[in-house]
Amino acid sequence: MNLIDLVEKDNIKEDRDNFNVGDTVEVHVIIREGDKERVQVFKGNVISKRGSGAKKMFTVRKLSFGIGVERIFPLYSKSIKKIKVVRKGRVRRAKLYYLRDLKGKAANIKESR
Amino acid sequence: MIEGLIGKKVGMTQTFERDGNSVPATVILAGPCTVIQKKTLEKDGCTAIQIGFYDKHTSKKFTKAAAGHFKKADVPPTKILKQFLFHKDSEVKPGDQFFADLFKEGEKVDVIGISKGKGFTGVVKRWGFHGGKDTHGSMFHRHAGSIGCSADPSRVLKGKKMPGHSGNSKVTVRNLTVLQARKEDNLLVVKGCVPGANGGYVYIKKVNFNEPSQKKEIKG
Repeated sequence: MNLIDLVEKDNIKEDRDNFNVGDTVEVHVIIREGDKERVQVFKGNVISKRGSGAKKMFTVRKLSFGIGVERIFPLYSKSIKKIKVVRKGRVRRAKLYYLRDLKGKAANIKESR
Repeated sequence: MIEGLIGKKVGMTQTFERDGNSVPATVILAGPCTVIQKKTLEKDGCTAIQIGFYDKHTSKKFTKAAAGHFKKADVPPTKILKQFLFHKDSEVKPGDQFFADLFKEGEKVDVIGISKGKGFTGVVKRWGFHGGKDTHGSMFHRHAGSIGCSADPSRVLKGKKMPGHSGNSKVTVRNLTVLQARKEDNLLVVKGCVPGANGGYVYIKKVNFNEPSQKKEIKG
């Protein structure tokens, strides 16, 4: 273990990295307004995971009223309450950027069994 | 209590603040630093301590003169040495060791290091000149332009910013916040970046160190 890993270890939550690219996930994001806190759910497909250690990030893509929306989250961010895997997908790529060009049925990801 | 420590830049990472914001952070291996010499006003003309930072890659061969210097303090030889101030009323003696917990979380520090060498660079990279337009027949891209007046003064003024060797010089980054000071593995995590490449040596100094150095007046 190198010295940077020692520092990053405090931020890493073991159970957080429980999904793969192609999965459909619900990201529960904590939103602070003044001193009030509420949780917003962002549900979509994971199209990319990048980085290592505490710097790992992932991209979630969803269709909102027919318009594609993508959000990039730091995996170990304190603003994320939890990540729930809704559906496991079967994909053959590490990055699913090709989904941006597809529409309708073609943009679906098959469920893995 | 002493003014600062010698460290080695390990690399950069990010940590999270309490409200979830991520902050860039640099990890420095700070210590253990051994006191090698205590300089006194009568003998050396100033009050300071000399500390050494042990690194296995750099502490191999020494001249007899240097070896004697370490033998006097009865400490293993170290190649990286630096002079720092110390509090007058604190009892520091040769052989004492200081660790990363010299600094406290939230404290402000200055970090001094040797910046990465960039070689011979032009004015756009070295001084941030804007350069010219790339297109529309500009014919003026990354040049410096005029370097002064004509017959009067008929010379280029001193200090004119021109191309030349850039980087590989001593750089101080001031007022960095200490995010973590870990005694168990001697790691110091500071907010932001510090000069130099990973593995380079840096000096970490306390910003609020109120102990003026005493110096002998030089006559003549």
